Amino acid sequence: MQVSMSVNGDEVTEEIEARMLLVHFLRDQLGLTGTHWGCDTSNCGTCVVWMDGEPVKSCTVLAAMAGGHEVRTVEGLERDGELDPVQQGFMECHGLQCGFCTPGMLMTARALLDRNPSPSTDEIRQAISGQICRCTGYATIVRSIQWAASYEAAATVGSAS
Amino acid sequence: MQVPAPFEYERATGVDDAIALLDRLGSAARLVAGGHSLLPMMKLRLANLEYLIDINDLHGELGYIEVEPGQLRVGSMTRHRELLESDPLAEAFPIFRDAERVIADPVVRNRGTIGGSLCQADPSEDLSAVCTTLDASCLIRGSSGSREVTMAEFYRGPYETAVGDDEILIEIRIPVRPNGSSAYEKVERRAGDWAVVSCGAAVWMDGDVISDARVGLAAVGPNTTGIPAISEALRGKVPSEDLYAEAGAIAAENCTPSTDMRGSAEYKRHLANELTRRALRRSTARIHGQGV
Ligand SMILES: Cc1cc2nc3c(=O)[nH]c(=O)nc-3n(C[C@H](O)[C@H](O)[C@H](O)COP(=O)(O)OP(=O)(O)OC[C@H]3O[C@@H](n4cnc5c(N)ncnc54)[C@H](O)[C@@H]3O)c2cc1C
Ligand code: FES
Ligand code: FES
Repeated sequence: MQVSMSVNGDEVTEEIEARMLLVHFLRDQLGLTGTHWGCDTSNCGTCVVWMDGEPVKSCTVLAAMAGGHEVRTVEGLERDGELDPVQQGFMECHGLQCGFCTPGMLMTARALLDRNPSPSTDEIRQAISGQICRCTGYATIVRSIQWAASYEAAATVGSAS
Repeated sequence: MQVPAPFEYERATGVDDAIALLDRLGSAARLVAGGHSLLPMMKLRLANLEYLIDINDLHGELGYIEVEPGQLRVGSMTRHRELLESDPLAEAFPIFRDAERVIADPVVRNRGTIGGSLCQADPSEDLSAVCTTLDASCLIRGSSGSREVTMAEFYRGPYETAVGDDEILIEIRIPVRPNGSSAYEKVERRAGDWAVVSCGAAVWMDGDVISDARVGLAAVGPNTTGIPAISEALRGKVPSEDLYAEAGAIAAENCTPSTDMRGSAEYKRHLANELTRRALRRSTARIHGQGV
């Protein structure tokens, strides 16, 4: 079957099998390997991408179901060569070690800050509770997201003055 | 790599279209809503089908929470996240927000629907326990018309419901009665996991005495179960710790848990007892304006 969707702002149309999962469509068909694929059972969250602005686990969405929708992946976070503040935060605060969970963490973090620009530690932990990191113990991930929130708050104050 | 077996994909444009597709494709077809129960089952070959009918475009038609005099209606495509965030729903039935906070995780909740949850009929499904507690009924539609069934009629056994191969669940209807409140308690092994045991309670008062009370348990039997003996024991009584203890004992006696990786049958009976007490205590406190 044919499927068309927008991926990081580009319209793509591909011939696929109906059973193809969105995660494999992105990685194997489009070559966007930034989105990782781990447990395959919607538990680990490394495959999180956005569909119409909401984080979803792409191992549990068919590419066909994403047809006609707007998909955004970790490759779409950077703008004009500039890292998104959540990406910068992960660098500043050592939010990753092996980096396997990172794409999913970044997409969830960005969605959280878009809805709630100054989340509490508890709210951050809630937001990433569907995602597993075997390296960091989560503390540095929480700090990285807080870094991004403060950075954006400062930038907003800066641009308002 | 886990991938479903081959099938043909159809996308329904509306309720009538979904019913027409089901009629045409027969028992070889299945509806998919959020897909967060069905896709994992297809990957494991526990669900086999020739046609998959995607009903996500019906969210506009079937994604709603309507509070009316005497009843509240929830469309079957309403997603977990919408249930969690709805203030009118939390006001009428705080049990929904209690439950939604602990169903899966925020990302899964962006996709999963109430219709999919009820139709999955997993014995541990939290929203089934919520709907059983609230004495909800389900509106089901097929090409020969609509019918409304109670939760007891809806569940036929584990993973089996009254919804026929050529039918679709349209909405869940919940009676709204005055002077009542509700609560949900769940014990899980880790964040986002299925319940070891969970328990919903709803209580209605007439002055100082309980006019009606209902308890619904999940993960302790073939389907989520309502326990009429508790309602009988509580009606006409003044709420007290002794009364909650009595209800807890009835819950433990009336459930049929089995030992599995989540815990022993004995431990689950203990939880059924304890969670029944907590949910009843919290429901009554809420009626008295103690926002807990
Ligand atoms: C990691 C993870 C953790 C989870 N944890 C919990 C938990 O703690 N508690 C809990 O209660 N649930 C949990 N769930 C299940 C989750 O709530 C699912 O979203 C839900 O069970 C199914 O909803 P769905 O919309 O995804 O249904 P789908 O998977 O799309 O469908 C499920 C079944 O219902 C049928 N169906 C769907 N909609 C209709 C309709 N309108 N009419 C007729 N038939 C229909 C489908 O044909 C299918 O048979 C979890 C799921 C995952 C992946
Ligand atoms: S690969 Fe999708 S949640 Fe783990
Ligand atoms: S950094 Fe290795 S899994 Fe998170």
